[in-house]
Amino acid sequence: MNAVLVMIAQRLALGVLTLFVVSVVIFGATELLPGDLASALLGQTATPETLAALRTQLGLNDPAPVRYWAWLTGVMQGDFGTSLATRRPIADMLSARLGNTIFLALYAAAIAVPLSLILGVLAALWRNSLFDRVANAGALSAISFPEFFVAYILIFLLAQSGFFPSMVRISPAMGLGDKLYVTFLPALTLTLVVTAHMMRMTRAAIINLLASPYIEMARLKGVSPLRIVLRHALPNALAPIINVIAINLAYLITGVVVVEVVFVYPGLGQLMVDSVAKRDIAVVQAIALIFASAYVLLNLTADVLSTLTNPRLMRRK
Amino acid sequence: MMGDVLLTIRDLKIEGRAGEDWLPIINGVDLTLHKGEVLGLIGESGAGKSTLGLAAMGFARDGCRISGGEINFDGIDLRKASERRKRALRGQRIAYVAQSAAASFNPAHKLIDQYCEVPVLAGIKRSKAEAEAIELYRKMQLPEPGDIGFRYPHQVSGGQLQRAMTAMAMACHPDLIIFDEPTTALDVTTQIEVLAAIRDIVREYNTAAIYITHDLAVVAQMADRIKILLRGDEIEEADTRAMLAAPRADYTKSLWAVRSFARPEQPPASGTPVVSIRNVTAGYGKIDILHDVSFDIHAGRTVAVVGESGSGKSTVARVMTGLLPPRRGEIVFGGQTLPPDYRARSRDQLRQCQMIYQMADTALNPKLRLREIIGRPAQMYLGLKGAKLRARVRELLDLIEMEPDSFIDRLPGELSGGQKQRIGIARALAAEPELIICDEVTSALDQIVQEGILKLLDRLQSDLGLAYMFITHDLATVRAIADDVVVMQKGRIVEQGPKAQLFAPPHEPYTELLLSSVPEMDPDWLTRRLRGRRGAG
Repeated sequence: MNAVLVMIAQRLALGVLTLFVVSVVIFGATELLPGDLASALLGQTATPETLAALRTQLGLNDPAPVRYWAWLTGVMQGDFGTSLATRRPIADMLSARLGNTIFLALYAAAIAVPLSLILGVLAALWRNSLFDRVANAGALSAISFPEFFVAYILIFLLAQSGFFPSMVRISPAMGLGDKLYVTFLPALTLTLVVTAHMMRMTRAAIINLLASPYIEMARLKGVSPLRIVLRHALPNALAPIINVIAINLAYLITGVVVVEVVFVYPGLGQLMVDSVAKRDIAVVQAIALIFASAYVLLNLTADVLSTLTNPRLMRRK
Repeated sequence: MMGDVLLTIRDLKIEGRAGEDWLPIINGVDLTLHKGEVLGLIGESGAGKSTLGLAAMGFARDGCRISGGEINFDGIDLRKASERRKRALRGQRIAYVAQSAAASFNPAHKLIDQYCEVPVLAGIKRSKAEAEAIELYRKMQLPEPGDIGFRYPHQVSGGQLQRAMTAMAMACHPDLIIFDEPTTALDVTTQIEVLAAIRDIVREYNTAAIYITHDLAVVAQMADRIKILLRGDEIEEADTRAMLAAPRADYTKSLWAVRSFARPEQPPASGTPVVSIRNVTAGYGKIDILHDVSFDIHAGRTVAVVGESGSGKSTVARVMTGLLPPRRGEIVFGGQTLPPDYRARSRDQLRQCQMIYQMADTALNPKLRLREIIGRPAQMYLGLKGAKLRARVRELLDLIEMEPDSFIDRLPGELSGGQKQRIGIARALAAEPELIICDEVTSALDQIVQEGILKLLDRLQSDLGLAYMFITHDLATVRAIADDVVVMQKGRIVEQGPKAQLFAPPHEPYTELLLSSVPEMDPDWLTRRLRGRRGAG
């Protein structure tokens, strides 16, 4: 187990380093945008004098590294600064949105991950059968349409008839059942979008192993086809599957802007788009950093899990 | 004391898919096996031995189909039986032991979990199955039998895995076991132990077996009867002793004759050696693999480096070619000390020493045509171009006895194993080297093909005055082609000298062990050898 702890520590250190680099890139990118906070704040009413005064007040005349350091130390203490548009602390604005985003991501993952694993295993078991073809074709069609299109189709089919709401009004006071009900359509849309990738990787990773000598051995031991796939192939196919799941989970957190907009879901993606439109740079920076952390954390988890599933890495000779 | 008939196969035909067509693999073979009897199946690769062995389980590999004939196992028609019925037989009444246990054990599960799978499916309690597993591990003379099952396959050596696999096949006390080349991948010293263990356990449980191998001496120890296959046809079948004493078919006689090739005695070495390995110590990480290794190779002579896997013989080659710079010691080539790292060697120094590899399959780029594979070193080291390069490639193909016109534009995938190895030789020759390192070049080949390669190497050596370093674990090959022998164990040289001296007693104990482990054609050899060892021990 010690080897695993050492590996986790190493990967965590690498993750922190990655986040540091990402923070520099985010800060640098916002520096490159024309105009600055002061002109954005004052807008049309700006005179050179008021601009200069505000810049001094906000510390915008300091050199970039000093401002970066001030921003970074703030972020480390959970202080993302103040929103320009609303004048509220960014951390407060984010916390509710982040909760919503994670809720939706988990909801979609809870449907999509088991579904794609089961479909993938069955497609591998009955490879080249009608089931395999239908599952593949269905998943590929779902992933081929743009997300908003899938979303509108679902709205047309399931919201027009009144089964589910097409706009998500969600509040902290709602019970879990209500929440699951009102967010069903966005979760289903996301499920349709991510299932194909995971299902096809599961199928491919398993089929890839079915030609190995140990699978032939299992067949010659009289093991049933389902048991061969589940017990002999799947454990050896987990590493690539876990990695694809991690990438898709990261996508569910960071890539769902379009779906949030369609369903008017109050998540981070929509906040980010709004903030870009409003030039609320500080908020954009904060969200970008959260997205980056999600990627780093999920990939770290995937690395650790794939190592744990491989006895050759876990136990040396 | 022949038992009842257990398995009958009549006029069996099996076909394999080749694109759109089905090509015959087995063309109407008959086979009868009695309870408790061991039948040896012999033939070169592609003869259909494994296909026939698997058919005895009612099994055809993907891309193959049983197209005719009968398979009857103890009253059950395996061609008509349902998949479910056949699954119930497999593992419980008919078991299989594969050639490479390392590849045939699932890397994700412990040995004992894989052992227990079939018994538990058959309704035996897990605790009882485990106890039986440990008992069988003990009978198979595995070290720490109570403990070894709780390891993963990668934590156990090849010879031990092969015994664990035989134990796994024994799990439900099957009536029939198919042994598919179970010792081919093992060192001779390990092979003898595995053979003894298999023979004892098969006798003790009175299990019938089909023992598939291409090694006549091995089958002579194991089988009551021998059947010889060639390209899907039966050549002949007879009791082991009768077959060994008087083979009838010409093909069978030719199998026996293979072992007769021997390179004529060479005059003793003289002058400066082509290459001297001097006091080399080398290794990976903190571990030393080689300890103070020194020997010379002279022009026109073959030095065989012999030892089990893990003895460091391939590491010597890596040091010589500069892939692994030694910690101490040096490589002197034609009186000149070579830089330890190949990157620091001049192109001409690299040219002088070429390699031929064990797996011709993986050593040739599958996307290049033979003209490019052979032409590349001639171009790179000797600067040949255009018409001259083409002429040289044709000349090299002639030299390895492959018709230039029909082969020059082929891809490696269109060649047989022996032909691929010849291309490996031509590629080494293209650089016009003084020394060729042959790393187990015949280990993956059948005996008849081996013989062709060895003869070719011998002729090239006489014609071109080449020096060879021949890395092998096969002492029959050493007898055939070596002038000098270096015996290695655990990274040290235990004995070296001219072949005649080394093969004549008295031997170093390790050399003695190696020599005495090479199976002989005599069916009583294993019994005698074991008695001798146990007596001595």
